[in-house]
Amino acid sequence: MKVTITVNGTRHESDVEPRTLLVQYVRETLGLTGTNIGCDTSSCGACSLHVNGESVKSCTMLAVQADGCEVTTIEGLAKDGVMHPMQQAFMDNHGLQCGFCTPGMVMASISLLKENPNPTEEDVRIGLEGNLCRCTGYHNIVQSVLAAAKAK
Amino acid sequence: MGGSILGNRVLRKEDPKFLTVGGKYVDDLLDEPLLVGALHVTYVRSTVAHGRILSIDSSDAASMPGVVAIFTGADLDLQPVPSPYNPMATRTLLATDKVRYVGEPLAVIVSESREQGEDAAEMVIVDYDVLEALVDIEHAMTSTTLLYDACGSNVVFDTTVLGIPENTGDAFFADCEVVVKGRFVNQRVAPCPLEVRGAAAAWGQDGRLVQWLSTQHAQGAHAPIAATNGVDPSQVRVMTPDVGGGFGAKIGAYPEELLLGVIAKRVGRPVRWRETRSESMVALGHGRAQLQYVTIGGTRDGRVTHYQLHALQDSGAWVDMGTILAPFMTRPMASGVYNIPNIECRTTSVVTNTTPTVAYRGAGRPEATAAIERAMDLFAAEIGKDPAEVRRINLIPKFLEPHTTVVGQTYDVGDYETALDKALEAANYSKWRAEQATRRAQNSPKQLGIGVSVYVEITGGVGNGESAKVEVLEDGSARVYTGTSPHGQGHDTSWSMLASEQTGIPMDKIELVWGDTDRVPIGTGTMGSRSLQQGGNAVFAVAGELVNKARSVAARLLEANEEDVVLDKDKGVFHVAGTPAVSKTWADLAVAEKQSGGLVHSDVIGVTGPTFPFGAHVAVVEVDIETGKATHIAHTACDDAGTVLNPLLLEGQIHGGVAQGAAQALLEEVVYDADGNPITSNLADYAFISAAELPSVTVVHMETPTPNNLIGAKGIGESGTIGATPALQSAVIDAVSHLGVRHIDMPTTAQRVWAAIQEAR
Repeated sequence: MKVTITVNGTRHESDVEPRTLLVQYVRETLGLTGTNIGCDTSSCGACSLHVNGESVKSCTMLAVQADGCEVTTIEGLAKDGVMHPMQQAFMDNHGLQCGFCTPGMVMASISLLKENPNPTEEDVRIGLEGNLCRCTGYHNIVQSVLAAAKAK
Repeated sequence: MGGSILGNRVLRKEDPKFLTVGGKYVDDLLDEPLLVGALHVTYVRSTVAHGRILSIDSSDAASMPGVVAIFTGADLDLQPVPSPYNPMATRTLLATDKVRYVGEPLAVIVSESREQGEDAAEMVIVDYDVLEALVDIEHAMTSTTLLYDACGSNVVFDTTVLGIPENTGDAFFADCEVVVKGRFVNQRVAPCPLEVRGAAAAWGQDGRLVQWLSTQHAQGAHAPIAATNGVDPSQVRVMTPDVGGGFGAKIGAYPEELLLGVIAKRVGRPVRWRETRSESMVALGHGRAQLQYVTIGGTRDGRVTHYQLHALQDSGAWVDMGTILAPFMTRPMASGVYNIPNIECRTTSVVTNTTPTVAYRGAGRPEATAAIERAMDLFAAEIGKDPAEVRRINLIPKFLEPHTTVVGQTYDVGDYETALDKALEAANYSKWRAEQATRRAQNSPKQLGIGVSVYVEITGGVGNGESAKVEVLEDGSARVYTGTSPHGQGHDTSWSMLASEQTGIPMDKIELVWGDTDRVPIGTGTMGSRSLQQGGNAVFAVAGELVNKARSVAARLLEANEEDVVLDKDKGVFHVAGTPAVSKTWADLAVAEKQSGGLVHSDVIGVTGPTFPFGAHVAVVEVDIETGKATHIAHTACDDAGTVLNPLLLEGQIHGGVAQGAAQALLEEVVYDADGNPITSNLADYAFISAAELPSVTVVHMETPTPNNLIGAKGIGESGTIGATPALQSAVIDAVSHLGVRHIDMPTTAQRVWAAIQEAR
């Protein structure tokens, strides 16, 4: 099926198999491998990205459903070599270790602050429940998000 | 003048890449030239736990779209391979005669796309003669149904074969005033690195095999891959891309990975393989899975004099690394931090029809700590003393010379009481106890529980040194080669700090090379919290030796005596002491050495022995008495890992370790039904811990350097898990102990806690 999807500001016209997931589309069709696949039950959130500005687990959406949408992946966050404040907060607070959950975690965290600009620690913990990390124990991820909120 | 960079909270060099474009994991090698046109490999897995394979019919699958080839073990002429831990147990890398666990690979589909492979795998029809599935370890020990007939028993390893006598039973405790027994299940858990297993293989024009592997130890996979492919190891290159976590489960190479070169050769094209999470949950090794019979005895005033442990280790369906963790990791640490004059410890490893067990964060030591810590709690409860106080009575006093426990393990240095004091103080222990008393008096539906653990563990028990190479290039930048293998620990940053400290070359001009067997042929990988104390230590030593080498080159260029030449680390230049105006840069020296092999030094640096990090954790939980639900509300960790290189990274390791400890204590468990069907085989069914189930962690620093390496560092990768797990379990039990509950097995789920309360009433 023909789809037109704008990813990180660039318009792509592609012919995709109907069963292609959005995550497969960004990874395999566009070669944007920053977005990762960590499970097959939509549990882990490693594939979180933004569709029309909202965080979406891109394994829960078909590429054809994103037809006409604006998609942002981790590769589209930094502008002119300057990291997005959330990326910078993760860097400053050691909010990542192996890096595999990180792109999804950053995308979900940006969305979280958009909905709730001044979250408590508990808000952040509950807000990120759908994004799993095995390395950090979440401590520094939570610190990163709180720091990003404070930096605004 | 700049001070030492060591000991500072240095931000990670590797982060900008991970944060802006993501890591380059094995599944991301889309533009790798050798993998152009790669086919996808999908394994067909057993759907029964135990059975003889009568037939494998792949005719329908073969006609599915995109299928290039299908192979069974017979097609590939696979021969039985013995287990390194019990050679009587043999298997073929694809099951041929029988299957022994759900998820065992038995055939392989090679297809143009991954999805086509999955579709075709569904069409392979396997006919089984189903055998009795052995899921319960104690039943397996006595069953006449055997997994490996040649072993003559399902017991595949027992400490009695090491000449260690059997435990003597109750007679051992004849002199004790108080004797308490326990049966503890240290349940099976799934390591769950966020990146599942993946690999790719290509035969180059030169006839060599290149294999990319998501691993903790490329050099360890090298020989088995060569052997599986029937080629000399010189004909194999193993490369490690970024690795999305390992936690012990990616130490050894698995059948699915070993076979890729063979498959690539058969189809004449490169191949890629990446498992799904559901496959990973049943085919990546599991951890823990130990059943413990514990007896503890002593005096009524709190002195523990006798301790007996029989640990039954569930090996799963293969005699893998999990088999030997009980005898070689749990047993040596049986005494924990306590001065117990009489200890008996036997371990028995048993095969069952479940996923094979391997190392998982802590690997045998969390089990040892859980056993003794739970036993201490039972003992304290029996004599009616505060569990922290009973621990204090029995701690080995501070020692800075080696101390040998009655089980024969020698610890390097220890100061357990200080760790306990620091943790109790930082946790505000007495305040929580007062609050607990208030809630008990009020008969509150939300009761508090406080759990204390004091632990010692063994790190750097694998390997007795590590390779390092430091090379300065003509632009003055450096390359550091290490035999350890990062997968989240931040080696790029840490090793750069160590090399920079010695050479004065800025961290951002230092590149780290690892996990590539052509470029780093010698390496023991990253496992058992060995990296810094062995790998980092080697980098530090070799960089120091390179400075000495460079000083002699500088002396030649400066026409000075070598002894007079000094390195100005702030500027990264060599000059004669007292005359800094005339100097030579690292780049100058590298250029000068170009014709004589370059400015490089490599060596394998030994260490005196393993190290024994210790600490104390205090966990606080709130338990809803009406539902049994336990909520982890506070956690304090005092972990002494010796000299700290980078506190930021140290804390990160502790945080992660605590979370995995809490996960085991509160939530996670791999469960099988009676027929050996896994019922927690994806992340929707397995209770992988999330941010919402954890509190922030208070980290208390303590540094008692080890004399066993140059930098004084002990391991920190696993301490958090080892300390946190028993503290959490104890806390949950403590919350309901006033209702008469003495023990609840992990995970202390709402259902179990509620049932324990009802039973006690």
